[in-house]
Amino acid sequence: MDINSDRKDVLLIGVLVIFAIIVIKLFSIQIINSEYRESAQNNALKFETRYPARGLIRDREGRIIVGNKITYDIHVTPYNVPEFDTLEFCRIFDVDTSYINERFRFYKANRRKIGYQSMTILKQISGEQYNVFVEKGFMFPGFEGVPRTSRTYNYNAGGNLLGYISEVDQDYIRKHPEYRSGDYAGRTGMEEAYEEILRGQKGYTIYLRDAHNQIKEHYRDGEKDVAAVAGKDVTTTIDAPLQAYGEKLMRNKVGSLVAIEPSTGEILTMVSSPGISTDKLAEINKYYNEIVSNPYRPMYNRAVMSPQPPGSCFKVVNALIGLQEKVVTPANRYSCNRGFIVGKLKVGCHGHPSPLDFYQAIQMSCNAYFCHVFRNIIDNPKYGSVREAFNKWKEYTESFGFGTKLGTDIPSEQAGTMPTAERYDKLHGKNKWKSLSIISLSIGQGEIGCTPLHLANFAATVANRGYFYTPHIQKDTPEMPIDERFKERRYTMVDTSYFKEVIKGMQMAVNGGPGSTARVAQIPGITVCGKTGTAQNPHGDEHSVFICFAPMDDPKIAVAAYVENAGFGATWAAPIASLLVEMYLKGEISPQRKDLENRITSTSLMHKVRVKKK
Amino acid sequence: MTPKAVLNKKLDWVLIGCYIFLVLFGWMNIFSSSLGDAFAGFDWQAKYGMQIIWITSAVIIALFIIYVIPARFYSVFAWWMYAFMILSLLAVIVMGKEINGSKSWLAFGPFQIQPAEFSKIFTAIALAALMEKFSFRFTNRLDAISAFAVIAVPAVLILAEKEAGLALVYVGFLLAFYREGMTPWIILSGLLAIALFILTLVTSPFATILIFIGMIVLYVSFHSRNFIVNSAIGIIAIIIVSFLPRLGRIEAVSGVFNTFSPALWLTILTVPVAVFLIIRSLYRKRSDHLRGALVAYLLGLALIFSVDFVFDHVLQDHQRLRIETLLGIKDDPMGAGYNVHQSKIAIGSGGIIGKGFLHGTQTRFDFVPEQSTDFIFCTVGEEWGFFGALVVIICYVALIMRLYNSAERQKSRFARIYGYCAASCILMHVVINIGMTIGLMPVIGIPLPFISYGGSSLWAFTILLFIFIRLDYEGRQ
Repeated sequence: MDINSDRKDVLLIGVLVIFAIIVIKLFSIQIINSEYRESAQNNALKFETRYPARGLIRDREGRIIVGNKITYDIHVTPYNVPEFDTLEFCRIFDVDTSYINERFRFYKANRRKIGYQSMTILKQISGEQYNVFVEKGFMFPGFEGVPRTSRTYNYNAGGNLLGYISEVDQDYIRKHPEYRSGDYAGRTGMEEAYEEILRGQKGYTIYLRDAHNQIKEHYRDGEKDVAAVAGKDVTTTIDAPLQAYGEKLMRNKVGSLVAIEPSTGEILTMVSSPGISTDKLAEINKYYNEIVSNPYRPMYNRAVMSPQPPGSCFKVVNALIGLQEKVVTPANRYSCNRGFIVGKLKVGCHGHPSPLDFYQAIQMSCNAYFCHVFRNIIDNPKYGSVREAFNKWKEYTESFGFGTKLGTDIPSEQAGTMPTAERYDKLHGKNKWKSLSIISLSIGQGEIGCTPLHLANFAATVANRGYFYTPHIQKDTPEMPIDERFKERRYTMVDTSYFKEVIKGMQMAVNGGPGSTARVAQIPGITVCGKTGTAQNPHGDEHSVFICFAPMDDPKIAVAAYVENAGFGATWAAPIASLLVEMYLKGEISPQRKDLENRITSTSLMHKVRVKKK
Repeated sequence: MTPKAVLNKKLDWVLIGCYIFLVLFGWMNIFSSSLGDAFAGFDWQAKYGMQIIWITSAVIIALFIIYVIPARFYSVFAWWMYAFMILSLLAVIVMGKEINGSKSWLAFGPFQIQPAEFSKIFTAIALAALMEKFSFRFTNRLDAISAFAVIAVPAVLILAEKEAGLALVYVGFLLAFYREGMTPWIILSGLLAIALFILTLVTSPFATILIFIGMIVLYVSFHSRNFIVNSAIGIIAIIIVSFLPRLGRIEAVSGVFNTFSPALWLTILTVPVAVFLIIRSLYRKRSDHLRGALVAYLLGLALIFSVDFVFDHVLQDHQRLRIETLLGIKDDPMGAGYNVHQSKIAIGSGGIIGKGFLHGTQTRFDFVPEQSTDFIFCTVGEEWGFFGALVVIICYVALIMRLYNSAERQKSRFARIYGYCAASCILMHVVINIGMTIGLMPVIGIPLPFISYGGSSLWAFTILLFIFIRLDYEGRQ
């Protein structure tokens, strides 16, 4: 015995207190609590997930672009499956017997782990097959169908814009822990961007299960069940028939076609060609490998992800900057001797009358004229140095959105590229460059890369006479209002009064007399304003570019068309853009333009595009 | 009488009786839960078959310990055995086999051994050998440090094997330390820290700090000359302060007030006062209760503010979920709470007298996971009901109290300390395991002594118990 021997009693009291607590708790759950007494009738709970219907995607008029159809997943509880007619089962569902046998070997090998759980054995079974299965259900105890929704597409349009949904994989679940294996999630395009709105909320039904694992009844009459909440619909600004028509025009061509409503910034059409057929989108798992190995990269949304030189369309930007900086006036004339020649430097031009004034220069797309304008901007003594003037010029272009992310709600939007003074320092030496070194910027060549969305947005800016709304694809509805930033006018640094001058030039480019570059874009009864572009590139033929808007005095639509390696802007991009405008404004193509439409839709330019072999 | 008869008479038959009852009763429950759908001939491969082998071998081991190995063996070889145990724990970390996410098994052909289960025996022996010395005092810093090191080394190694539950059992040795003269404040502050941790999680840091201040006030005024007045003033002050968060609603001051959380305001206001009082008491050079309480207050504040960090960054995901479900912060009967939910249904469905042997449904049909090892108590609760569970608990209480009492009576310090250690180990296992199955503790996977299926666990507890029976017998001679 020593001094601490009384501590034994403290320990003994502690032991008694702890065990008393345990006994009280046992008493409570075994005798007092009714929740567990319910389970005293040999029951256990079975949670069955209720999947919500996914929200629909509608176009601007409320037409359903992406709908749902009911398909069934076939679940099996291996524990409850006796010998069954595998051949008949496979015949109903049109699957290989080896697959079924393989699954059952797996269940057998893991039977301890699986226990009484049910496993998904077949996915996305059609309603017809499911009905046959239900009729013969007595032959297949242990199997059951669980309704799921899968996607249907009412227009074969906008495949890569809409995106697809697919079952989540382990990687996805790790990043999004609220998902469970078996759930579907939008993986690209709008399905991804609006996943949280579209997906709804899962619910579950609780069943009581007896000791023989037979489901007996609803647990507490469904009091604890949670109903699934259907996903909300998303309304897009897309005009579905127009989108389909745009895709028809762009078929067998590589490039994109973007149409914006200037008065709202709503995107009416966004085609990236080649796209994904919606048939394949619905069964993405089957076609996934084919789609990702396609060398033309149909998953790639060129309209927002592919920056390219804008070509002569950019002359309009320089014209506006020149006017604002007061280094050119509409009356200014510059002569053009088949090009702009200073010393050894020559920027070639095509044959046209000379000299030209401001309007005619836009009308006939004179390279020399805009070389002069650009030199006037960059060599403006007001700024003291080429560098300062260049930075000012860059600031102007950025106010139009070029070289920046516009901030649309379309996933993966790219900023494009605009050259920086530092870049030229590197190329030519610190401050050793001058206006002539960067003269190709005057005609939209060189270090400029802008996406078709930038160009369409520019067309909309001109149509609005000096401002634009951030282009967006979600329609403003009372149920789902869009972000306030989409409702703000964004003014450029050029005064609105100058826009009428370039619009006059663009009007003449389409509707003027001889020498007009874009006469092919004329639409009977509608005044279209446009500007062609022919963007040189080192990878083959020129890209064919065209921007336009119409009608001139009350613009309803602004379009940019970009057809890769197709040739002159007037040959492909201008007809495509103008046909789209005509379809939108008139609802049909006038008879005298039917031949043009035929030529466009029946020609394939795919062979002209060089692709990287994988 | 023959020597053997003398020996048999002097054995502690109460302990042995409890042991036999628990092991046999355990086997019946393992039989029931591992039987499967129907009894189709005796299967030696099934768990109930294997357990017969474990029980038989455990009995042989027990006989060997009682009749062959003298008590002196343990005190002489204590440190050799301790070193061997550390080596085998290290070996597991290097070349162990991973089962169920923890790398704590050594494979010898078809057999697997979990050294962590055995380590507590050798730790108990080593502690007994260390503290047996007559000069050993917990007030001596070196002595105290070496005692803590003896339990810390294996505990850390076991933690490295991801067997957090088995490491937690080592906390039980503190009870033996307490008996041997360690200040109770270490255990009390541990309990206080756990209480503050849980309180912060289920209420808020602000409320926790207030309650904590209340405890400090009561403690300090208890030691002051005027308990009633001082504590009344303190409590009224706390009640007034508890309206502090309302300041955020008053327009005039809400701007300033909302720059910090209420808990932070409380800290900012009280810490300087506490620090001032501590420094003042240091100058006065007399130890008073106020200083200790204030230091405890500062440490407690640090704990309260680190709760979120510990919870979010130190604990692993599954541990966090288990604590959240235990405290009712998250209700997730299909996820982290599944085990406990099913386990409570099984036990709760047993009612007063249970469903009868082999008539349990929850446990026999795989609803409860790990039903023959960590969750074996579910089978007890379901098939034998409240009475069966009560009998098992009474048996454990009898065993543990008998061990404590008997340890206290030992003439040899070695036997006494060993007895306290063994009793505390068994106590920790039983409380954590049963607590887990009925939802009083978070899910911590450790076996129920003598009852759970498994060779390592049964052998380990057999050895732990019978060494003491042998020590006790020699002590009575």
